[in-house]
Amino acid sequence: MKAKVIVRLKDGVLDPQGQTIQRSLNKMGHEVTELRQGKYFEIEINGMKDESAVRQRVEKIAADVLCNPIIETFEIEDIA
Amino acid sequence: MKFGVVIFPGSNCDHDTHHVLKSVLGQETVFFWHQDTDLQDVDTVILPGGFAYGDYLRSGAIARFSPILESVRQHAQEGKLVVGICNGFQILQEAGLLPGVMLRNAGLRFVCRHVWLRTENNQTPFTNACQEGQVLKIPIAHNEGNFFISKQELAELQENQQIIFRYSDAQGDVIPEANPNGSIDSIAGVMNRQGNVMGMMPHPERASEALLSSEDGRFIFKSMIDTVTRINH
Repeated sequence: MKAKVIVRLKDGVLDPQGQTIQRSLNKMGHEVTELRQGKYFEIEINGMKDESAVRQRVEKIAADVLCNPIIETFEIEDIA
Repeated sequence: MKFGVVIFPGSNCDHDTHHVLKSVLGQETVFFWHQDTDLQDVDTVILPGGFAYGDYLRSGAIARFSPILESVRQHAQEGKLVVGICNGFQILQEAGLLPGVMLRNAGLRFVCRHVWLRTENNQTPFTNACQEGQVLKIPIAHNEGNFFISKQELAELQENQQIIFRYSDAQGDVIPEANPNGSIDSIAGVMNRQGNVMGMMPHPERASEALLSSEDGRFIFKSMIDTVTRINH
């Protein structure tokens, strides 16, 4: 069973990487008005087959380790 | 006084820090491995610079789970001194012992050069050997040194005089051009509310011998030595 987790920067947190990507895309003529960069994780946990157990564990992993709550939020996109 | 320098897998300023404390300043200094939990009665713990665990997820994000961090937290709770330099600062932030978090530098470049720091608070265990507003020449070397914090917490830092160093020009003027990484309020170093845990992005251990073109880092080490010596006598 695989969980997919997205970590996003909160609104208002400077995203220099995203800004640079946006500038580069606009130089290519893409007219991008907003671009924010985040992180994506796919996680499998040994032996866990129950969705709610996986969700609980992955939530803990994301909250404790994958994201820094000062600047980021996380979302479990999918467990399948 | 006795210093302890923590080595994480990926630390690379541990020996420089140890060298300055022991050989240059003549202080008893020991190394700790990140798996250690016994701090051997040191007065001050220093988390040195480097790239602990490779900093792949976020700087300091994995290092803060090292066993020694619980002992460091206890040490801090007892009111003893803890210092994080560069990556050590990031680790203390991730551990919740210091406020804020470091983003990528605004210019997206690793910046390695001497900068000027204005001493914003010289009534601390880390700066009491400095004059009020003294400008120090100390190098930075980082890719994630862009200090970020919420507006409300920034106001608290300002009100409680927890901002110890700001990036300035050589005259001590804090101007945008002197900010090397985009840090909010030009913050280069802060301390916790209790005033015994300090983090700074610049490297005082790289500015403690004349051969290296600045000895200003010694003011910071001397402040701690003076403070602890006063307490112990």
